[in-house]
Amino acid sequence: MKARVHVMLKAGVLDPQGEAVRHALATMGFAGVEGVRQGKVIDLELAEGTSEAAVRDMCEKLLANTVIESYSVEMTG
Amino acid sequence: MKAAVVVFPGSNCDRDLAVALRAAGADVSMVWHKDSDLPSGVDLVAVPGGFSFGDYLRCGAIAAQSPVCRAVAAHATRGGYVLGICNGFQILTETGLLPGALLRNAGLKYICRTVALRVETTDSAFTAGYRQGDVLDVPIAHHDGNYHADADTLALLRDADRVAFRYGANPNGSADDIAGILSSNRRVLGMMPHPERASDAGHGGTDGAALFRALTDALATA
Repeated sequence: MKARVHVMLKAGVLDPQGEAVRHALATMGFAGVEGVRQGKVIDLELAEGTSEAAVRDMCEKLLANTVIESYSVEMTG
Repeated sequence: MKAAVVVFPGSNCDRDLAVALRAAGADVSMVWHKDSDLPSGVDLVAVPGGFSFGDYLRCGAIAAQSPVCRAVAAHATRGGYVLGICNGFQILTETGLLPGALLRNAGLKYICRTVALRVETTDSAFTAGYRQGDVLDVPIAHHDGNYHADADTLALLRDADRVAFRYGANPNGSADDIAGILSSNRRVLGMMPHPERASDAGHGGTDGAALFRALTDALATA
């Protein structure tokens, strides 16, 4: 079984990399991009029976720094 | 004073830090990240700069989970002294020994130059050798030194006199110009600038040496 974890900087935490990407898109002529936030996707391959709660525990303790980041977990069978 | 310098794969300021501590009179031993115990009788644990574990995932995140970091946390909980410089500061925030986090520099660039650093408090064993308001020349060398904490935490740091150092001219976007902070018991200091790189005349400046001297003076009989 697998899980996909999305980690994003929390709203209100400045994302200078996202800002740089937004500037680059504007420079390239893509109009109408009002904001860019950059995050991480982490794919986990898990032993059968691993719970979503266990994955959330991994997020709390290592995969995300909850001082600055939020996360979501998607169990993908 | 007995000091232990922690070494992770990717640490690169560990030996400089040991040299600066020895020059100030400390008895220094190096501790490998897989060690689960600190040498007995250690007064100060120093967590050096570098790129522990390649900065993978987040700066300091993987180092913070290493066996030695559990020993460092226990040492701090017992009231022991801990100094984290640069990547060491990032590791101390990741372990939760200090509040906040270090984000990518606001200008996105790695910055390596000497900056003006203002001493904000002398009420700690780390800063007792300075006068409040002293401006030091100390190098920074980091890509992720942009200090971030929520408004309540920043207010707490200000009100409890826990900001040890501020930048004269903010190089990286740090909240409240913060360059270094103290724990609530004032025995854990994390700072992005490198005092060990300003501790010998050969470095071009010695403004950082007083930090190590003050520590060895304070902990001489500890």
